[in-house]
Amino acid sequence: MNPFTYSHATAVDDAVRDKASHHDAAYIGGGTNLLDLMKENVERPTHLIGLNRLPLTKIQNDPEGGLRLGALATNADTAWHPEVEKRYPLLSQAILAGASPQLRNMATNGGNLMQRTRCYYFYDTATPCNKREPGSGCSAIGGYNRIHAILGTSQSCIATHPSDMCIALAALEAVVRVSGPNGERTIEFADFHRLPGNAPHIDNTLRPGELITGLDLPAKGFEKNYSYLKLRDRTSYAFALVSVAAALELEGNTIKDARIALGGVAHKPWRDTDVEDALKGQPATADTFRKAATQLLQGARGFGSNDFKVELAKRAIVRALKQATEMKQGPTEAFLNSNP
Amino acid sequence: MSTSSTTKRGVMGAPAAPPPTSTVTLNINGVDTRLQLAPWTSLLDALREYADLTGTKKGCDHGQCGACTVLVNGKRVNSCLTLAVMQEGNEITTIEGLGTQEKLHPLQQAFIDHDAFQCGYCTPGQICSAVGLINEGKAHTEDEIRELMSGNLCRCGAYVGILNAVKEVVDSRSNEVKR
Amino acid sequence: MSQYTNYIGKPTNRVDGPAKVTGAAKYAAEFNVPNLAYGVVVSSPIAKGKIIKVYSKPVLKIPGVLAVFSHENVPNLAWFDRNYKDDVAPGGSPFRPLHDNEVKFSQQPIALVVADTFEVARYAASILEIEYEEEDHETDIELKRTEGFMPGRGKSGWMPPPPPRGKPDKEWKKAAHRIEHEYIHGAQHHNPMEMFATTTEYHPDGSITAYDKTQGVYNAQQYISKIFGLSKKQARVVTEYMGGGFGSGLRPQYQLFMSVMAALELKRSVRVTLTRQQMFSFGHRPYTLQYVKLGTNPDGTLAALQHHALHETSRFEEYTENVVNWSGMLYQCDNVKLGYQLAELDVYTPLDMRAPGAATGSIALEIAMDEMAFEAGLDPVDFRIRNYAETDQNMKKPFSSKRLRDCYHQGAAKFGWEKRNPRPRSMRDGNMLVGWGMAGGVWDATQKKSAAKATLTADGRLEVSSATSDIGTGTYTIMTQIAAQYLGLPIEAVTFKLGDTDLPEAPLEGGSWTAASVGTAVKNVCEEMGKKLLKQAQKMKGSPLKKAKFDDVEFVNGQIRLRLDPDQAVVIRDVLQASGKEKLEAETSATPNMLKQMQHSMHSHNAVFAEVKVDEDLGTVHVTRVVNAVAAGRILNLKTARSQVLGSIVWGISMALMEETIMDHKFGRYMNHNYAEYHIPVNADVRDLQVLFVEEEDEVVNPLGVKGIGEIGLLGVAAAIANAVFHATGKRVRTLPVMIDKLL
Repeated sequence: MNPFTYSHATAVDDAVRDKASHHDAAYIGGGTNLLDLMKENVERPTHLIGLNRLPLTKIQNDPEGGLRLGALATNADTAWHPEVEKRYPLLSQAILAGASPQLRNMATNGGNLMQRTRCYYFYDTATPCNKREPGSGCSAIGGYNRIHAILGTSQSCIATHPSDMCIALAALEAVVRVSGPNGERTIEFADFHRLPGNAPHIDNTLRPGELITGLDLPAKGFEKNYSYLKLRDRTSYAFALVSVAAALELEGNTIKDARIALGGVAHKPWRDTDVEDALKGQPATADTFRKAATQLLQGARGFGSNDFKVELAKRAIVRALKQATEMKQGPTEAFLNSNP
Repeated sequence: MSTSSTTKRGVMGAPAAPPPTSTVTLNINGVDTRLQLAPWTSLLDALREYADLTGTKKGCDHGQCGACTVLVNGKRVNSCLTLAVMQEGNEITTIEGLGTQEKLHPLQQAFIDHDAFQCGYCTPGQICSAVGLINEGKAHTEDEIRELMSGNLCRCGAYVGILNAVKEVVDSRSNEVKR
Repeated sequence: MSQYTNYIGKPTNRVDGPAKVTGAAKYAAEFNVPNLAYGVVVSSPIAKGKIIKVYSKPVLKIPGVLAVFSHENVPNLAWFDRNYKDDVAPGGSPFRPLHDNEVKFSQQPIALVVADTFEVARYAASILEIEYEEEDHETDIELKRTEGFMPGRGKSGWMPPPPPRGKPDKEWKKAAHRIEHEYIHGAQHHNPMEMFATTTEYHPDGSITAYDKTQGVYNAQQYISKIFGLSKKQARVVTEYMGGGFGSGLRPQYQLFMSVMAALELKRSVRVTLTRQQMFSFGHRPYTLQYVKLGTNPDGTLAALQHHALHETSRFEEYTENVVNWSGMLYQCDNVKLGYQLAELDVYTPLDMRAPGAATGSIALEIAMDEMAFEAGLDPVDFRIRNYAETDQNMKKPFSSKRLRDCYHQGAAKFGWEKRNPRPRSMRDGNMLVGWGMAGGVWDATQKKSAAKATLTADGRLEVSSATSDIGTGTYTIMTQIAAQYLGLPIEAVTFKLGDTDLPEAPLEGGSWTAASVGTAVKNVCEEMGKKLLKQAQKMKGSPLKKAKFDDVEFVNGQIRLRLDPDQAVVIRDVLQASGKEKLEAETSATPNMLKQMQHSMHSHNAVFAEVKVDEDLGTVHVTRVVNAVAAGRILNLKTARSQVLGSIVWGISMALMEETIMDHKFGRYMNHNYAEYHIPVNADVRDLQVLFVEEEDEVVNPLGVKGIGEIGLLGVAAAIANAVFHATGKRVRTLPVMIDKLL
């Protein structure tokens, strides 16, 4: 870990100004990912701007019938918030499927969006990695890539986005509120994270100095039919090999609206709105789900050790949609069932 | 047959001076403790190396094991992934603040009774985590306790004892326990 | 009146429990001695090559940095290999930290940066520039299949496989049913929760106290004494508490060398703690390829058995473990061929890891036995009982005791095995496939020479000591129980001390021999003390024990009394007070009775029954129930012994389903070198685990009749789970761990 200075920000404007006045500054919320990476010498900011005194911890209804999540509300407080549990149980379930209780108590909503990949090579400075050191090469391609991406990959990077929460946020079409040197703006969730292309060191579409201040959840929460299914190498406290956030609006057995977001398979939460649109009007049957799954994975390709993810993702989609349809679990115990 | 190439490693730019220290006041186990710390000192290292409170353990230093779990304002956190300077003004409770060998916290006694540890290295973190779990009030069934104690690894594999110890204390605090 | 001081066997809370649950127990990195400096190790990014240059100068300019040690400036040290050999070093030339410019394995320690604070040392280490010349490395054992060799020099405890017996090839070809398969598992790292650390306290007279993480303080002491030319008086090693070992602390690890070297050079106390990543830089359970051929006669007896193993070792040492020998003794078979080979790779030397060799061998043998039973249409338990070995055919000796049959029967009964439908895929729970599998195992019962000391003070308190370890096994507690019982004192009046080279010598804690070895020494020293006490008691005015011989008396409930007339008694405290002495002392050792032991084969046994539930669509496996029936002689403490076996089951779940260190052969480097990607079970992975101890008496193994419990519980667990997965799914996975991708 390299030397750095530290300052507490007390207002969003101060934080943004502080960031602009330092060359290598970083915002720090919960710190759970940033400090991890700083100890690995992967991130090396020379100035940290502490955010936890900013008044961005509230979770409150917004005028359009949605819910606004403060960027600095912790993952745990968000997951267990009565309004989230009631109206956006998919989000609760996804958050609780991630990390550990301790980390969820520390990690903030804004920070969750900023998580960097768990790629072994990204973390190990002894190996080349385009995301860590642009131009050095991708060690995962041709290396050990069991946990890597199968969709939206590029020749320079096959890393995955590691969050669970973001998969649900993608399905729910949250909107990211940011504040920067040029004022405030909003970013559609689908546009927030990016694919690696030839610039894998850039994870998202934030502009320099911008700070996430909140997340807006639209009114529609799919609270009746949803499922977050996470498949991993142990029952808890492990990153997803594949995860699925599935949300349905049903009329009888007919699908009126559908959302499917995949985690663990791409550089960003993966959605295909064409597939979702095609589900509308279809019966909620295994057959329908299988077709959707096949269509969603059409462009997928493995890199050796992760070839199995293509089939696993298909099956996980079918299962998640089935679980969302049947809703055998109540929202409170749902998080226990994210591992079938 | 052997090919060779030279490579330089560890190249991270010119050396910089260590950051200056300042007085950081941490409220640890109810006592305001003044420490001379630089920003790069984690809460975990502040406790172990500067405040001589070595009950909090370092098992990975990366938030992957839970051995460093302490309570901040009653909530369980990994002290390795937060900086000491970020915790000024908060109430920090470590294993040393829960009970003493003469007067054990009920969880500490339950861990002994259920033999919920072997080497003991993950134990302070497990116990602090269990205190946090009880404060949260979300775990009632065995499955819920297992899941919500899964942020604490135990390489000795004392999980059966840990479950039973935590359950005993959870049960004693709640009459509406379902199995 | 009950004999409340009869502690042996009773489930007893750990005597070190209060210290551990309050954080008072101090581990190696927790001795905050004054004026402490911190050392951080710089590890090699390459697997093989030469160090061209270590650019120390810029780093030394950082305020607070005290020194950079590397092969370029390491002080003159002992020259001969033998000085670097520890008690359990395999044959070959031990790795010497910072010795020369050769890089022999990835993550080899290359330099140590020492600074006033941990943070400065960590930073300086992170920017220390080192130039290497890389050479081609070989780390893939798959490419060395034809280059295996029979080790010439093993390490202590290793036995080459016995010569073939009967006609294993011919009989196999003739067999009514036959199987032959390859079984593979990758490397595993011990990963105890406590990271390796040494705090070396430097004393003004030039002597040191090393608070080290080691399973043997004497082994660590002789290692640093020989390397640094210190007398035993000048080098004290202390390990009061150890945050897990599992074999990783058998050999002195390089942080000990680094910490002592830096302390002696800087004449200052120095702590060196490895990172979790560096916990993957020394010693591992070797990547092992195994091949098993079994054949049965029409009556279900084994016609032939062949078991061959090939595993990795380093270029500089021949690491050996007993992988295949067990297969020649666990079942009765007259036609047996066992083979064992090593292959050299550019990795660090593997290292004994819980049930070394046996854990590996039993995976192959016990999955193969399941395959054989299935092929022959026999129940797996029945098949094993048909082939029950009444004598050890390897050694041609009778067993000192063997209650494995009872393990099968009692374990099966507790599990409900009779309800098993033998057909794969026949059992279901809702959408889940249910599988029941079983396996078993065997481990050595060993006693090693150990010494102990006892001091009884006038206040009636007894202190017993021996330089053994408690790596979480319960040594503190069982030794306290033994001492309390043999001197008839309340357990609260007894203290056991360990882990300090100032105490009488004991062997490394390993091989499941500590309870037998140190326990016997503790028993002996208490009997010595008892004799002294009796002598003093007989001097007392009007002593009712005047004419008693030692065998006539018993020590119970704080008294010495006549066995045949318990009312004739004196209180132990009174004896000391009457004697006018402040304390009584005794010191003695215990050695195995070789005459008796040589005539027998001495082993513990177990049988494991496991239930898995498999979600076939998604490839997920959950172990929902395990019964582990263990016959390991006398159980000293039902509570701590049960915990050891429970922990072993968790280890078995881990080996079966998740644990594996992944090497990227391009870099010759382990890539999942952290707790996030090197998976071991979490609480949610562990369900209903049951332990059953089969009563077993054994007068040969040692006077206490104990066989040790640290390893036996692990055997068979991974195989039982893999067999259960087959029963559930009909899919036989022969490359462990069984992960999602292997079941899709």
